[in-house]
Amino acid sequence: MIWNETKECMSRDEIHNMQGARLRKTVSHAYHNVEFYRKKMQALGLEPGDIKGLEDLNKLPFTTKQDLRDNYPFGLFAVPQSQVVRVHASSGTTGKATVVGYTRRDIEIWQECVTRVLAMTGIGVHDNIQVAYGYGLFTGGLGLHYGAENLGATVIPMSTGNTKRLITMMEDFKATAIACTPSYLLHIAETLEEEGKLDKVNLKVAICGAEPWTENMRKEIEGKLNLRAYDIYGLSEILGPGVAADCDAHKGLHVYEDHFIPEIINPDTLEPCKDGEVGELVFTTITKEALPLFRYRTKDLTSITYDPCECGRTLARISRFKGRSDDMLIIRGVNVFPSQVEAALLEIGETSPHYILIVDRINNLDVLEIQVEVEERFFSDEIKSLERLTKKISNLLQAALGLAVKVKLVEPKTIARSQGKASRVIDRRKLI
Amino acid sequence: MLIKQLSVFIENKQGRMEEVTQVLKDHNINIASFSLADTSEYGMLRMIVSDPEEGKRVLKKEGFSAQLTDVIAVKIPQMPGTLHEVLKVMFDGNISIEYMYTLATAGRDTSIVMKVSDFNTALEVLKKHGYEVCTAHDAYEINNLNNK
Repeated sequence: MIWNETKECMSRDEIHNMQGARLRKTVSHAYHNVEFYRKKMQALGLEPGDIKGLEDLNKLPFTTKQDLRDNYPFGLFAVPQSQVVRVHASSGTTGKATVVGYTRRDIEIWQECVTRVLAMTGIGVHDNIQVAYGYGLFTGGLGLHYGAENLGATVIPMSTGNTKRLITMMEDFKATAIACTPSYLLHIAETLEEEGKLDKVNLKVAICGAEPWTENMRKEIEGKLNLRAYDIYGLSEILGPGVAADCDAHKGLHVYEDHFIPEIINPDTLEPCKDGEVGELVFTTITKEALPLFRYRTKDLTSITYDPCECGRTLARISRFKGRSDDMLIIRGVNVFPSQVEAALLEIGETSPHYILIVDRINNLDVLEIQVEVEERFFSDEIKSLERLTKKISNLLQAALGLAVKVKLVEPKTIARSQGKASRVIDRRKLI
Repeated sequence: MLIKQLSVFIENKQGRMEEVTQVLKDHNINIASFSLADTSEYGMLRMIVSDPEEGKRVLKKEGFSAQLTDVIAVKIPQMPGTLHEVLKVMFDGNISIEYMYTLATAGRDTSIVMKVSDFNTALEVLKKHGYEVCTAHDAYEINNLNNK
């Protein structure tokens, strides 16, 4: 079902004009209220009046995660604190989280976008949906929650962490839809299979996101659970989940262009890519009030098409993601930067120990293991001291990453040293 | 009085132990006694060897995580109840024992290697109760037919 036909099926010209008008408004709003953007524009000799429409978009400066970090926590907010009704946070590249904020209107925009996504999958007021993304500072749980509630479905706020309970409620509450990461869903499917409960549940739709997944994974999920699985995309800096999602055609994710202007750029030259060419996805928000962002570099690699879709929507589509242009990993839906690990391990001593991170997927659940060399300074011949060390490292990483990490002590010099920047991560998962 | 025990951290990989003993063999170092503590992922090999400093040096050179740890070895007669008595003495003296294993049996006595929480107090308490401890030299050379 198309939730908002006006916005989802406008002609390309109408989209173009609307974006132009909204862009002008946003540029003015940001220029006058965000010192960071004002200074940047002034340094470029730009005034709000210089941005007359979409054709002037590339005059605006790019924004990066570093900019958000440098202005931690609320330095990029364009409204006074009293108008910010919510903040969310996600992983930063080192210690500091990336903080985002929302006005009441921003929450409504977010809510409506997610509602569009859910309506697109065929969910309605008669559906019971388990929201199994993490509730809290992450945008996943609350994002899907508000969108589903707005739609009128019955929301079952599961969050993550207790698969047994989730399955019990799936059965008892007769859930017809679920929102969670694709790997978690596969794990749930396997558990249902093991417990002989596949025929006791009746899911129609799955809304999967927060991590990359392949077409094969989608087919596996749909096959095992006899449902339709949809891909939802988002990032907290731009909105949260609901920036884009795929329709029944599954030929790309429709971007809600009435709120976000997508661009695909070459990450090295920063020049625009042609339609269909793979490059880095960049977004400019044109309706958000609390945290308007110009040309935010997502580091996600994809391509775009403006061709009409068989579903009837005219919104541009981005392809399945081809990877990242940085070293960020997504583990169980959580963003992890290898540099966060380095920063956390420095708390052990003056220099961090030699380590390597191994990411793998076992029984469809991502697992993270860190192998640490037992250097002289950590050596003890007492098992309990080594266990204490292991626990200490594990706790430090859990606190820094928000993920449980298995710690394995290994003999010295067994971890390869490389010239220059050590390649500290081995990702054994085959995701793309 | 304080004996230098050679401790080696070994990953649970096939052949690692054998490599340790190969290195010691190649350098003509005798193992007087040893104990192997295992966990699911690694083992801690504790050894009394004929030349602990050299043992540490050559093992480290081969890439092993090896260190020396202080331990004591108390002599007890080979009869039922003697281990119990010495442990009771330690307990009454408020000394905790981290781990222990047999050094070697030489004639009527056997020696128990111990790592304790407080060596000075331990030695005092043992002396007070009439126990003898091995000298470092004795421990390193115990039963070393290589040198006879």
